[in-house]
Amino acid sequence: MKPRILILFAHPAFEKSRVNRVLIQNLASMEGITFRDLYQEYPDFDIHVPNEKALLEAHELLVFHYPMYWYSTPSLIKEYLDLVLEHGWAYGMKGNALQGKYMMHVITTGAQEKTYGKAGSNHFTIRQLLAPMEQTASLCKMHFLPPFVVYGSLLKTEQEIDAFRHDLELLYHAFLDKVIDFEKAAKVSCLNSLIPELKK
Amino acid sequence: MQQGNFLFQAFIYLLAAVVSVPVAKRLGLGSVLGYLLAGVIMGPFILGFIGDEGQDIMHFAEFGVVMMLFLIGLELQPAKLWRLRIPILGLGGAQVGVTTLVFTPVGIALGLPWQASLAIGLALALSSTALVMQSLAEKNLTKTIGGRNAFSVLLFQDIAVIPILAILPLLAPSNVVESLPGNSFSWIESFPFWAKTLVVIGVFAGFFFIGKYLIRPLFHVIAKTRLTEIFTAAALLLIIGTALLMTKIGVSPALGAFMAGVMLAQSEYRHELETNILPFKGLLLGLFFISVGASLNLRLLTAEPILVFSLVGALIVLKFIILMVIGRIFKMKADSTLLFAFSLAQGGEFAFILLSFALQNNVIPSEVVEILIAVTVITMLLTPVFMLINERLIQPRFGTKEKEDEVDESGIEKNSVIIAGFGNMGSVVGRFLQANGVKATFLDIDADNVELLRKLGIKVYYGDASRRSLLQAAGAEEAELLIITLNDLDKTLAIVDTVHKYFPHLTILSRASGWESVYDIIDAGVHDVYRENFDSALHMGKDALIKLGFRAFQVSRASKRFAKHDKMALYEFAKTRHDHNSHLNKIRTHFEELEKLIQREQEDKHQHKNLDWDTLSRVTEQKQLARKK
Repeated sequence: MKPRILILFAHPAFEKSRVNRVLIQNLASMEGITFRDLYQEYPDFDIHVPNEKALLEAHELLVFHYPMYWYSTPSLIKEYLDLVLEHGWAYGMKGNALQGKYMMHVITTGAQEKTYGKAGSNHFTIRQLLAPMEQTASLCKMHFLPPFVVYGSLLKTEQEIDAFRHDLELLYHAFLDKVIDFEKAAKVSCLNSLIPELKK
Repeated sequence: MQQGNFLFQAFIYLLAAVVSVPVAKRLGLGSVLGYLLAGVIMGPFILGFIGDEGQDIMHFAEFGVVMMLFLIGLELQPAKLWRLRIPILGLGGAQVGVTTLVFTPVGIALGLPWQASLAIGLALALSSTALVMQSLAEKNLTKTIGGRNAFSVLLFQDIAVIPILAILPLLAPSNVVESLPGNSFSWIESFPFWAKTLVVIGVFAGFFFIGKYLIRPLFHVIAKTRLTEIFTAAALLLIIGTALLMTKIGVSPALGAFMAGVMLAQSEYRHELETNILPFKGLLLGLFFISVGASLNLRLLTAEPILVFSLVGALIVLKFIILMVIGRIFKMKADSTLLFAFSLAQGGEFAFILLSFALQNNVIPSEVVEILIAVTVITMLLTPVFMLINERLIQPRFGTKEKEDEVDESGIEKNSVIIAGFGNMGSVVGRFLQANGVKATFLDIDADNVELLRKLGIKVYYGDASRRSLLQAAGAEEAELLIITLNDLDKTLAIVDTVHKYFPHLTILSRASGWESVYDIIDAGVHDVYRENFDSALHMGKDALIKLGFRAFQVSRASKRFAKHDKMALYEFAKTRHDHNSHLNKIRTHFEELEKLIQREQEDKHQHKNLDWDTLSRVTEQKQLARKK
């Protein structure tokens, strides 16, 4: 059976989006992918937990896709985690619903890549900043994948953005076709670096 | 003054309407009384603007009654009418039957032959459909139990006119049979009774089919021309045609029009028809009431004041008592029965027709008819007054007695929330609290509503929540919250007043309907006020934006911001509105207020909305950084 991907997209001001608008444009219609626009679904944060749990159970790869705000997710994703990942279901002695599934983050940042790291103004790498997410996945017995990142999105040209869209779609296809080498993937800091190989 | 000039007459009647109705409304008397009084003043005995032609005009204006019944029919689908069969036949039959049985001996006792007495009894048993329905509609009472039952009785009376017209000639001592009043002779006069019945049933059945298969396509074609006046013409044609046909088969035109209305109640042109006929109905009814007022024979009144007024008193008192008894027998609550009895205790326009018909058939002597018509007119004049007395003086007190009959105050359970009013709004609030484990004590002033809800197992208590004793019994001393969901401003203010006086610890949340009442309620001092349609209107606006492609989250935030500003503005305006006293100033400030509100929203757009998750300034900065290199 083919694995399935659940993309939880969260953008509080999507009406102003330039990069993410392009990144997601084909995802909803791709086979094997369930695309959820969380801010459109729950503008009042009234997350329907049973529905969300059922969706998680039916997919193998969980993707959080969002612009990074203050080194973290938009607030609706935090609300989602708080409500949906219940004890006894997602974690705890009897909480095995997510066991063995994969978690991945697709992130756009305003700042350039070089600012993320010891020398830069943001001091930490994205991977380091994702520590709470990594631990969340770990507690839920999920495999945590490195993020797919679009740095410096504010100044990206349309061609550059479209190239990122292409790379991201390629990555999803690779997952659906089970051609990703997860051992290798776990070692890279960003999944972007798998792309050249996948292109071959 | 009596000129044959049509325009002059039209001028006089319209002037009477335009002057008298606003004045009457302003004085709280209702339009019907305004028209009637205008008629009396313009009539032959005071100003003399309206002379003998008043009678002809009355006949013409009776057509307003026909239109009114057509419109009432439009509101009533056949299924609804069927549900009313018990009140129509039961209440109506009882009212006409008992009243006739009581009036006839009175006539005999006054020295009239039994035939004349019976004719008078039948004529005076009927009430005034025009007056009652117009008054009830104006007071918004047609949907109440009392109002609906009054309508049922009126409908029965309209039906009863047909057999009464058939019986009257048989009462003539000389057996000189004349035709129906006016020139309206019946085609089927010579038919035996069973054949007449068959024809009437046949015509109604034909109506049903015509209504379904002919009228609708016809209106469709007419509607397609997009010429409103042709549609109006067609609507008038339909009613006038129906009225003519009905007269030809000996049915009252009003009843015929009513049936025609019922037949069309389900058609898609219902509202179209309604809006087209409505102004004609209003004007003709007004004309009718004016001519009734003008036909009051003041000379007779000054010549025989004692006789006339004792007859007026007897007519009203007897009808009132009979209606009260019937209402109670049919298990109506006391407040509904009072409305029912007060509204129907008069003679009606059918009395004019029946009495003059009886006169033509030599059943009743002319001097008696003259007096009875004066009596009928006076009872019609008095009805709006009585309805006003009932509404203002009697109904408000009534809560007390009824409640003491209904519930033992000590039996009311005590909750931390008291909700006054169990209607659209109160029931939602109550259900929401209940769903969250909070019980509320409900108080409602509509006895029939209370009984219905109790049958459904909802604990609602009857009573006037502005009374200290009832609030106390409902546990106001221990309660924390009082929620007022009434759409009656005076009552709401009275409740707030009582609470301030006796239970100042209660937090009051109050519903408000209408721009002015919001301020009055804020001024009265409540903790918060809820404009009844505000939330649903805003919700509608939200959905509209989303349908236009706006992001749901953006819309959600915008609507919350709008609501917050709107509410702030509301309280600001409430504070400042007393600075201007004159009416003109009030209106001006109202517009200024609106403008301020809109301006504030626009400023908002520039200051805040674009700043939500804004990237513009960062883009600029990043561009500068890139250039430096």
